Amino acid sequence: MTTRPEATTRPEATTRPAATTPKAQNTPSGTPTKITQGSPTKGGIGESTLRPDGTLKVTGEFAYSSDMWHEDMLWGQTLRSTVAHAEIVSIDTSEALATSGVYAVMTYDDLPAAMKNYGLEIQDTPVLAHGKVRHHGEPVAIVAADHPETARRAAAKIRIEYRELPLITDEASATAPDAVLVHEGRDDHHIGHVPHPNIVHRQPIIRGDADEAAKRADVIVTGEYTFGMQDQAFLGPESGLAVPSEDGGVELYVATQWLHSDLGQIAPVLGLPEDKVRMTLSGVGGAFGGREDISMQIHACLLALRTGKPVKIVYNRFESFFGHVHRHPAKLHYEHGATKDGKLTHMKCRIVLDGGAYASASPAVVGNASSLSVGPYKIEDVDIEAVALYTNNPPCGAMRGFGAVQACFAYEAQMDKLAAKLDMDPVEFRQLNAMEQGTLLPTGQVCDSPAPVAELLRRVKARPLPPEQEWLTAGAAGTSVDVRALPGGLSNTTHGEGVVRGVGYAVGLKNVGFSEGFDDYSTARVRMEVINGEPVATVHTAMAEVGQGGVTVHAQIARTELGVNQVTIHPADTRVGSAGSTSASRQTYVTGGAVKNSCEAVREKVLELGRTKFGTYHPAWATAELLLEGGKVVTDGGEVLADLADVLEDEAIDIELEWRHRPTEAFDLRTGQGNGHVQYSFAAHRAVVEVDTELGLVKVIELACAQDVGKALNPLSVLGQIQGGTLQGMGVAVMEEIIVDPKTAKVRNPSFTDYLLPTILDTPTIPVDVLELADEHAPYGLRGIGEAPTLSSTPAVLAAIRNATGLELNRTPVRPEHLTST
Amino acid sequence: MDFLRPASWEEALAAKAEHPTAVPIAGGTDVMVEINFDHRRPEYLLDLNRIGELSEWEVGQESVRLGASVPYSSIMEHLRAELPGLALASHTVASPQIRNRGGVGGNLGTASPAGDAHPALLAADCEVEAESVRGTRLIPIDAFYTGVKRNALEPDELIRAVHIRKADGPQQYSKVGTRNAMVIAVCAFGIALHPETRTVRTGIGSAAPTPIRAKEAEEFLNAALEEGGFWENGKIITPAIAQQFAALASGACNPIDDVRGTARYRRHAVGIMARRTLGWTWEQYRGVGRTLEGAA
Repeated sequence: MTTRPEATTRPEATTRPAATTPKAQNTPSGTPTKITQGSPTKGGIGESTLRPDGTLKVTGEFAYSSDMWHEDMLWGQTLRSTVAHAEIVSIDTSEALATSGVYAVMTYDDLPAAMKNYGLEIQDTPVLAHGKVRHHGEPVAIVAADHPETARRAAAKIRIEYRELPLITDEASATAPDAVLVHEGRDDHHIGHVPHPNIVHRQPIIRGDADEAAKRADVIVTGEYTFGMQDQAFLGPESGLAVPSEDGGVELYVATQWLHSDLGQIAPVLGLPEDKVRMTLSGVGGAFGGREDISMQIHACLLALRTGKPVKIVYNRFESFFGHVHRHPAKLHYEHGATKDGKLTHMKCRIVLDGGAYASASPAVVGNASSLSVGPYKIEDVDIEAVALYTNNPPCGAMRGFGAVQACFAYEAQMDKLAAKLDMDPVEFRQLNAMEQGTLLPTGQVCDSPAPVAELLRRVKARPLPPEQEWLTAGAAGTSVDVRALPGGLSNTTHGEGVVRGVGYAVGLKNVGFSEGFDDYSTARVRMEVINGEPVATVHTAMAEVGQGGVTVHAQIARTELGVNQVTIHPADTRVGSAGSTSASRQTYVTGGAVKNSCEAVREKVLELGRTKFGTYHPAWATAELLLEGGKVVTDGGEVLADLADVLEDEAIDIELEWRHRPTEAFDLRTGQGNGHVQYSFAAHRAVVEVDTELGLVKVIELACAQDVGKALNPLSVLGQIQGGTLQGMGVAVMEEIIVDPKTAKVRNPSFTDYLLPTILDTPTIPVDVLELADEHAPYGLRGIGEAPTLSSTPAVLAAIRNATGLELNRTPVRPEHLTST
Repeated sequence: MDFLRPASWEEALAAKAEHPTAVPIAGGTDVMVEINFDHRRPEYLLDLNRIGELSEWEVGQESVRLGASVPYSSIMEHLRAELPGLALASHTVASPQIRNRGGVGGNLGTASPAGDAHPALLAADCEVEAESVRGTRLIPIDAFYTGVKRNALEPDELIRAVHIRKADGPQQYSKVGTRNAMVIAVCAFGIALHPETRTVRTGIGSAAPTPIRAKEAEEFLNAALEEGGFWENGKIITPAIAQQFAALASGACNPIDDVRGTARYRRHAVGIMARRTLGWTWEQYRGVGRTLEGAA
C-alpha cells in the first residue's frame, strides 16, 4: 500500500510530508493533510492493511501537534500553583508584563466572557484560578511572549501570595464533620444524592439480598485493596496552536480526543459562538484518556485573541504531569462468599475513588466502577457502592479501563482467595462462576451477546508454559548467565539466586461505548467522485486518531462498502458533525458504524444514478442485489453492470449522516438498576513472572492473552491494541505510579526519571489468542477492544507474584519494599 | 548564559580560572537534565567537547588513565578486561544513547550519591587527576566525595582524567532499580578482589549522603580471608563469613526514605548485593564462575 498526500483538492499540498510543506498564510506548518490510500488489493475489512501514518511515525517524519509552526507566532506559558490548597491573596503581574518580548499576561480578571469555567460534565474547573487553588499545579496565569524561554522567565516573575488552607487528601478528611469544602455552593445534578459535598457522585447497586445469601456461604473472604495513581504518560505532550482569524474568531489546531467536546467548552469561555471557533485535529502522540479534558486549548485561544497573533503552547514532560487528569487511585473493600462446591453466593463491595480537585469524568467512572464491580461472574445477590471524592489531590478522570480497572484488580484477588480457601484450581473456580450470554448482571441488564469468559480462561491456561530458567545459556566457556532474562535485568542483581517463578490468571469485564443514557452518536461524511478516471471515496469525520488506527479502519470500511481502491481520509475537524470521543473502546464501533452507514447511503445514491442512466440496458439493475466491487457495479452473482466512473461521470455524491447505537438507560440512583451499557468486552490473561524474592524485583516473563473481538476489522491493529493494553496493565502492576505526598498533596515524581514506564526489556512475550464471536447488534459484529486487556493484565501479574512469594499483596503497583517487607 | 568553547585543554583551564562558577559540560547527560528542569541556571557553561584528548585512554602497567569524557559505551566495549567493575557499572547507565555521550568525568563532577560509576571506582581504587592553571594534583577517590553532590575540586579545577587501578582480580557490580533497564539506582554495590594485596575493596551507591566504602565489611573480610588462608587454598567462603560481610555492608549505609525507595529497603538490598557479588567474585577467583551475557 502506498501513502501520499492528497494532491487533487488542496493546492498548497505538495508531495513532501506535512511537516515541511510550505503553507498558505493562515495554515500553520505541521497542519494535517489528507491521507489518500490506494491499494492494488482490496484492502477491505478483515485485512491487516498498514497504517497510513505508521512509516512516518517510525521514521520521525510525522508532524505532531508540538511540531506546528506559524510565521509571527508567540509562545504561551502557564504559571501553576506551587501549593495544593490555598486562597490567593494577591497576584502581581507587573514585572512579568514589563519584560521585553512579552505580549500578554492574563489572569482570571482578564477572562472575556461570563463563563469562566469548563468541565466534561460539571463545569467546576476554572480556566484560571479564581480566589483559590485546589490542587498542586493548577493554572493561575498565562503569558505570551516571542520566545518560549522569555515566556517562561516572565511567568516566573509573577508574584502570587497564597494563604494555605487545610488539605483534603482522603475519605476521612473529605467527609469529616468539619471538613473544608473543596467546592462551596455546588449546584450540579449530583449534589442532591451525595452524602457529603466533598463526594462528587455516589452509585449504589442493590440486587437480591446479599446478607441473606451470605448465610448460604460455606466460605467468606474479605479484602481491602489499594490501587495507585497511574498516568496515561502519552509520549506527545499537550500542545496546540491558536490562530486568530479576521472574523474575530479563532482557528485551533490541537491534539485532543474529542474535538466537539472541546469546542463546547472552549467557545463559551471565549465568548464566541461555536462557528467562530474552528478546530482541526493535529498529530496526536497517544491519549489513553488523558486528552479527554481541556489542557492548553482555552489558554492558547485566549492569548491569541488578546494579542491578535498565533499562539503556540507546548507542555514539557514535567508540566504534562500537571496538565492532564490521571487514573483514579482507589480503595476497595470486597466481601465474597461461596458454597463448598464453589458457587459464588454473594458479593458486597465499597469502592472509593479519589477524584482530586475537579470532577472531570469522575461521575462516569463511578458508574463504571459500580456497574462492573461484579466482574464477569454470575452473582445474584449483591450490595455495591462506589463513590468519587473531591480532594486536593491531582484531578483524576479518564484512563483506559475507566473504573473497571480498579475493580478488576480487587475482585480477581478475591477469586484467588476464594479458590485457595476452597482448595480449588483458580481457573476452574472462575469457570464455574463465569457469566455467559444471557446472564443477568447486577444492574438488571441481560448480556445479550456472546460472553465466552470460561473459554478465554481455558485458552490461556491451555498454552504451554514458557521454559524454566531461560537465563541459563550455553556460553563459550560452559554455562553462561544472561542477566537480561532475570529480575533486575541489566542491573546485574541476580544470577538466579532467590528467583522463584509464579503463575497467575485473571479475567475482566469492560463496557464499550458511553453508558447511562448518554446520546453516544457519531457522524460521517462520505463523498464519492471520479478523479483522473478512477472512483475515489473521501471519508470525513471528526474522529480523533490518537494511535488507535481509526483512519486505517475507515478506509477499509469505505473500500468494502463502496468497492473503490482509492480512499481519502479527510483531516478531522469541526466542519463535520461530532464523532464522539476516542475512548471507551468505542470508535471502531460508533464512528466505524457511522462511516459504514454513510457509505451505504452513498451506495444507494450511486445505484439510483446507475439505474437512471443504465437501467434499460440490463434487467439486473431492477431485479438483482447489486454491489459495488473493484470500481464496478456488479450483481450478487458477480456480473458486471457498469463502471463506477461511467455511473458517476462528473457527479459527486456527498452525504453526511449521524449514526447511533442502541440507546442505554441511566442507572437508578438508589438501586443501580438500568440497561446502562451498550456492549461488554472480555479478555483473560495468564501471567508468568519470576521474582527475586530477596531483593523484591520482578521480571514478567510472559503475559498470554485471549480476547473476544467479535470481528477483527484489522487483525494487525487488534494485535497491537491487545499487546499495548496488556503492557499498560503490567506497568501499573510493577512500576507505574504518581506518588503524592499525603502531607502536602504535592506530586513527588513528575518526570520520566521517577515515573517509570516499562522498557522493551521489561516487556514480556505477549502471545495473543483472538476469538471472533459476532455481536449481532454491532456493525460487522465487532466488539470494542482497546480497554479489556488493560483490566486483566494487572491482576494476573499480581496473582503470579503472590503465587511466587506467598505474600498477600493487596496493593498495586508492587514495589520492592512490599516484597521484602522492608 | 554564556557558552564557552575552549579549543584546547590550556584554554579550558584559563576559562575556568577566569570564570570559576562556569559549569563544565561534556556529554551533558547530567547538566542538561538540571538545566531543562530549571534546577540550575549557571552563568557560564564550559563546553569541553572540542578537547579530543578527554575522550582518550591509556592502559599503563598499573593503571588505566581514563579521559574524563570517555563514553560509558567505550568502557564497556574496550576496557572490560582492565576495568571489569566499571564496565558492568557503565552498562547500567541509562540508555544506549546516553551511554554514548556520558562519561566518568561527569559522574565525578556531579558527585551525586546515585552516580552509577562511583561504587565501581571506589572498589577498584583510583585517583582523580584534577588540574588548574595552578597545576595538577591526584585526588585519591577516598578523599574525593565531600558531601551531597559535593567533591574535593577547587573552583578553578577541572577533571582531566581518572587513574584507575587495573583489575588484578575479579570485580562485580550490582544495582537495584525498579525497572529492568534505564533506571536510576535505588542503591548499588561494587566489589573488587585484589589478590596482589590480598584485600577486598567495596563501594556503595545511593545509600548514604555520598558514595562510600563499606570499610568495616572490608576489614572484617580481609581478616577472615587471611585467617582462613582462603587466598591460598581457594576454598568456598563459608556462609557465616559471607553473612557477616553482608551485615556489615548493610550497616555501613546511612540512607534516606525517598520517592525511589525506603531507607530500610536500601540497607536490606545492599546486604543482599554484598553477599551475592562476593559470591560471584570469589567463584571467579576460584575459577568456577559463570560468564555473563547481556552485561558488559
